[in-house]
Amino acid sequence: MSATLATRSDAAEAVNNDPLHDSLADIYEDKVVIRLIQFSVVWAVVAMTAGVYLSAELLWPTIDFGQFWLSFGRLRPLHTNGIIFGFGVSALMATGFYSVQRTSHVRLYSPRLAWFCCYAWQLIVLLGGLSLLAGWNSTKEYAELEWPFDIAIAVVWVLFGVVFFGTIATRKIRPIYISNWFYGALIIVIAMLHIVNNLAIPVTIGKSYSLFAGAQDAVVQWWYGHNAVGFLLTGGFLGMMYYFLPKHSGRPIWSYRLSVVAFWAFTYSYIWAGPHHLHYSAIPEWVQSLAVVMSVILLAPSWATMINGIMTVSTAWEKLKTDPALKFIVLSLAFYGLATFEGPMMSFPSVNVVSHFTDWTIGHVHSGALGWNAMITYGTFYFMVPRLVGAPLYSVRLANIHFWMALAGTMLYIVSMWGAGVSQGLLWLSVDEIGELSFSFKDIMASMQPFYALRLIAGLIFLIGTCLMAFNLFKTLAGRHAVVVKAPPVDPAYAMVKEVAA
Amino acid sequence: MSALSLHKRIEENTGLLIFGILLVSSIGGLVQILPVLNQESLQEPTANTKPYTAVELTGRDIYIREGCSVCHSQQIRPLIAEVERYGPYSRAGEFVYDRPFLWGSKRTGPDLHRVGGKFSDDWHRVHLIDPRSVVPESIMPGYPWLARRNANQAGDIVAKMKALSILGHPYTQEQIATAESELEGLLEIDTLIVYLQMLGTGLDKEIIR
Repeated sequence: MSATLATRSDAAEAVNNDPLHDSLADIYEDKVVIRLIQFSVVWAVVAMTAGVYLSAELLWPTIDFGQFWLSFGRLRPLHTNGIIFGFGVSALMATGFYSVQRTSHVRLYSPRLAWFCCYAWQLIVLLGGLSLLAGWNSTKEYAELEWPFDIAIAVVWVLFGVVFFGTIATRKIRPIYISNWFYGALIIVIAMLHIVNNLAIPVTIGKSYSLFAGAQDAVVQWWYGHNAVGFLLTGGFLGMMYYFLPKHSGRPIWSYRLSVVAFWAFTYSYIWAGPHHLHYSAIPEWVQSLAVVMSVILLAPSWATMINGIMTVSTAWEKLKTDPALKFIVLSLAFYGLATFEGPMMSFPSVNVVSHFTDWTIGHVHSGALGWNAMITYGTFYFMVPRLVGAPLYSVRLANIHFWMALAGTMLYIVSMWGAGVSQGLLWLSVDEIGELSFSFKDIMASMQPFYALRLIAGLIFLIGTCLMAFNLFKTLAGRHAVVVKAPPVDPAYAMVKEVAA
Repeated sequence: MSALSLHKRIEENTGLLIFGILLVSSIGGLVQILPVLNQESLQEPTANTKPYTAVELTGRDIYIREGCSVCHSQQIRPLIAEVERYGPYSRAGEFVYDRPFLWGSKRTGPDLHRVGGKFSDDWHRVHLIDPRSVVPESIMPGYPWLARRNANQAGDIVAKMKALSILGHPYTQEQIATAESELEGLLEIDTLIVYLQMLGTGLDKEIIR
């Protein structure tokens, strides 16, 4: 590997010494970042609208108007996949491409490939979403897309990895900055999980049968499902945190060593926790117990990272008064702390017995997805877009309004789902003194309506906030082009070439 | 070499970093999944668990297509209240022909693992087309289109059964040969009802009672 590095760096060196190439190799490829941000915002609005519609269907079940493509069971995977793969992955690609160039002091490795990844991915999300409405659905949660899309995702994902690791391999700074490790873990681990969990025998273009069956399939699926959350929605977004939080607060990471320890602890222990989604099921008991132990251990690296982030910003609190982007990022860390505390608690069998199968799970997911993922993404977008086009944000006031709507929406969402989930869980389990069930299922279900109504309002508030951001970013971008940003000169103490030569 | 200087090397080498991530992240999966994939008791069918017939399989794939598992679990936990509400708790051997598994993660509606035989075919038919005509509080969507489509519209039942044979489901030549004709004249809703009525009947009858 170091031999390859040497030749690549030498080649880069040669190009840099050539005055004709000087300009190109030093200029960051930022146009693809802008395009990915635009797609990400579009998917956020589309997928959140689907979510709001789904929550309305639980109140008024006939608003699918007898149309199969509006039916809850088909629209719901579109909502989750649209958020994770449309909004989330586009944002991860955008922030990953933005930060890897700036932490490596080099232009993206093969911008053409980066553009291909950008458009190919959007095509997968678009056609994949339509295929879900058409009923091509493997039912494996967060991996519902059928085999043709699974193959396309694997290919584009590997190319994404080529662009990302290629950029790191051609970097001019000797150390690989911590944010890149998290993006790297995202790319590698998701590839591994995606390929194994989707192994199947195709029957027709839209139908396949899983290579695994029954209880074994369940274990494989939740190894994937839990770690898609772990390495995509947690690890990838921690990469965002480690670049944008220090950059934006103007403070170095509080403890670089803690970030290193937390990274390896996180990468090692997250993988084990999947079977806590299968408590009291027919999978072997030792697998369930091991998952509980590892879930509790996972609290340590999760909170270590949160504390590292909060301490980083702790000498820059005054910036929160004036800067909505930083407010979003700091608040997202608080929700990250909440969700990563709640998760291990829900993995205890005695808590899980109440929370499993209820709306509490939905609330937990959204404290992560709205409070952590969406908010940190919004923060990075408000940070990047003005810098990318060299103009101030269209309206700081609007961004502040968005901040409060996002916070209110998230809080109301979580609280309503806690109410719904805890009461469902306890009422389902309730038996009287002679062991007869106290409540019928449909009475408990009918009593959920007030909570579902609150959740609909919460979702609407959050969606409107997101639309405000879309408008704000659109006005900031309108009629402007990406400014030319050149890599700054490298401090000789950290230069790449020296190390390889030695 | 001290841990710190070893780590310094990883920190400065793309290949080592990739290798390190791959190594560290794969351990948990290997320790948990490989033993489970090799555990024979998880592949041993219970007394009455048989590969899905052509009609049942078609119904099950409609259940999958419509995303029923989004709101209905098929996994009864060994708890007094659950056994009381739904029936005997779920055993691993009942799921050996389930590709994929349909345990679900959310009960917006009730668990369906032992729904077989609890309601009449006619009740299911009415309920699937217009749930609120039999359960006024229901928030389940109606599925009127299932009563308009032929079960063998896609014409892929033989290919499906052959694919499952490759994966080890013990279908006879005769079962595959007669698959098309078994679906003859059936609507999608008919096959879904057949599937629902056989759900949870894989245990010995003594246990179910």
